[in-house]
Amino acid sequence: MERLWQIRYRHEFSLAAVLVLLAGTIAIVNPAFLSLSNLFDLCKSSTVLGIFALGVFIVLLSGGIDISFTAIAAFSMYVTSSMLPAGASDSAAAAFLCAGCIGLLLGLFNAFFISFYRLPTLIVTLGSASVFRGFLLGVVGTRIVTNLPRGMIEFSKRSLFETALPDGGRTGLSASFLLFVAAAAAAWVLLQYTTLGKGIRALGGNAEAARRVGFNLGRVQLFIYGLVGFLSGMAGLIHACTMRNANPFDLVGMELTVIAAVVLGGADITGGRGTVAGTLLGVALLVTINNSLILMNVPSYWQNVLVGMVIIVSTGLTARRNPRALRGVIVG
Amino acid sequence: MNDIQDNLHPAKGMASALGQLRRLTAAMAPLRLLTVAVAVLTLMTVLNPGRFLTARNFASMCFQFPELGIFALAVALSLITGGIDLSVISVANLAGIVAASILTRAPADDTSVLVVAGCIALAITAALITSAVCGLTNGILISRFSIPPILATLGTMQLFLGVSLVITRGHAIAGYPGAVQMIGNGTLAGIPVPLLLFLVLACLVQMALSRTRFGVSLCLMGTNPTAARFSGLDVSGLSLRTYVITALLAGVAGLIIISRTNSAKADYGSSYLLQAVLVAILGGVNPRGGFGSAWGILLAVLSLQFLSSGLNMLQLNETVGPYINNFAKEFTWGALLLVVMTANCYSTRGQSTPR
Repeated sequence: MERLWQIRYRHEFSLAAVLVLLAGTIAIVNPAFLSLSNLFDLCKSSTVLGIFALGVFIVLLSGGIDISFTAIAAFSMYVTSSMLPAGASDSAAAAFLCAGCIGLLLGLFNAFFISFYRLPTLIVTLGSASVFRGFLLGVVGTRIVTNLPRGMIEFSKRSLFETALPDGGRTGLSASFLLFVAAAAAAWVLLQYTTLGKGIRALGGNAEAARRVGFNLGRVQLFIYGLVGFLSGMAGLIHACTMRNANPFDLVGMELTVIAAVVLGGADITGGRGTVAGTLLGVALLVTINNSLILMNVPSYWQNVLVGMVIIVSTGLTARRNPRALRGVIVG
Repeated sequence: MNDIQDNLHPAKGMASALGQLRRLTAAMAPLRLLTVAVAVLTLMTVLNPGRFLTARNFASMCFQFPELGIFALAVALSLITGGIDLSVISVANLAGIVAASILTRAPADDTSVLVVAGCIALAITAALITSAVCGLTNGILISRFSIPPILATLGTMQLFLGVSLVITRGHAIAGYPGAVQMIGNGTLAGIPVPLLLFLVLACLVQMALSRTRFGVSLCLMGTNPTAARFSGLDVSGLSLRTYVITALLAGVAGLIIISRTNSAKADYGSSYLLQAVLVAILGGVNPRGGFGSAWGILLAVLSLQFLSSGLNMLQLNETVGPYINNFAKEFTWGALLLVVMTANCYSTRGQSTPR
């Protein structure tokens, strides 16, 4: 019991406590917060952000940073939605596979520069983000696709635990949330139980030590950035399904918010530290804050001030708790 | 790290000779950048005969690039210390909004010149004080609370943007005395004022970096913060000052923006942030800290401006025009960054660690 109670010293514990406290406050001010449809909405709006966050978390854990993932997502989403061959358009799985593979290829493009030329990750992804976005909008197209492939539309209508609302409408948990749960579980297994996962953590902790232990750092990086690309492609497609259209201008601009959510979750920006659970809590907290501002009738222009304060306070606390972060001045 | 190993290993006698070659090519980095700038200039002149190499085009370019150039100077300073300042655009907009709210309260133009001038001076001072306070906030968070710069400025970027939004409720502030336009649209002895401001600031930054104790300490700190601390440098004081200077530069850019566009908005120029980082890095600033010069930034921002103006003109061309748009520009910039970095890599190989 005593050992179990040690959990209170963990970052995840304070995050969960803040989350519960926040939810309690909001529920008292506006009971609509705890309604089934609002909770389902929260899950829905955390899906895309959450999948992005899992990818970014793995990159941060390895001591890198990726800001091209939103560009990858927009690219995969738009190309898949507008060019999926007629024969495959009935199947949602084909669409997801296609988007995931496009994302994977773009991620490997990043990985090529990062692991082969050993360029700083910030620079590579900064450059590739404009390459991807420029190519998408300049060559592929700028027109919003409204007639999505049938498979994607079917997928977007699927929901679980459907219940009737008192006012006659129906509400349900969007099926895409399952993909988020699956991605989170896969990330957890990867980091907890596989050698590759240990390699990712070791690379972020001390690259030289990881190399001497025998990890092939180039290959680990190839995997990391490929995986981020794959996850981003999936997240992009989920976004299109949720919106029922594919807008090539969407998603880009979200990257710093996602990084903020991951950092809020306790991941160390210099690499090596962080947990999947923390990342999920960070996402939940950020989504809840945004949602609560609306429910508590706070004018939307206060939103940035609050999000900024939350980032500053939480990173400040992390820096105090974790003396190693004192030396964390390096970027890229 | 690899260099040390190379020297210790007798079988790698070649390495030191190679190392010298590398250092030589590294010293030639500004030259390479000049080549890039000239190459882009030549290419665009050839592709746009009679249009690109004209006084009119150059005059209009000289009004366009100084804003980005000043942002790049600011970001470069923070990169040299081994940090990064993501909040520059938010600081510029906040400073601009503070100045604009004073300027809109200025009496109409027909009152005494002295009153208007006083009002403008007050607005400029208020904008600079605002940006200094923002910079101080960043500096304190980074140096006293030990928050990694990328996170501290990520937070303050949101915070300052938020404050701007709360002040303006999302609307633009417009309608100043006509004289304000001098800063962004005027010329002094035939030279555009924004260009003049940029050149003066670039000279100041370059002089500070190469001729003063402060600048040398900054480079030292960026190269190896631990060594800098142990050799008695006041690391936290230095980074505090750096972020204040960075924010002041952003404040000047903010003044140019509100004057040139004749309005102040909370979310103006958000795409400048990544462009500024791009220019700084193209200009030879080492993103791992320690190295960089203002001349490199001048050349990099010129290259980008030639490229984007040239591509704009190419849209008038009948054969390739339809394929060129703003997004082609974005693509070219990103590709340029990757190409230049890869080329740099061949000259400085061995100094990099996988990160």
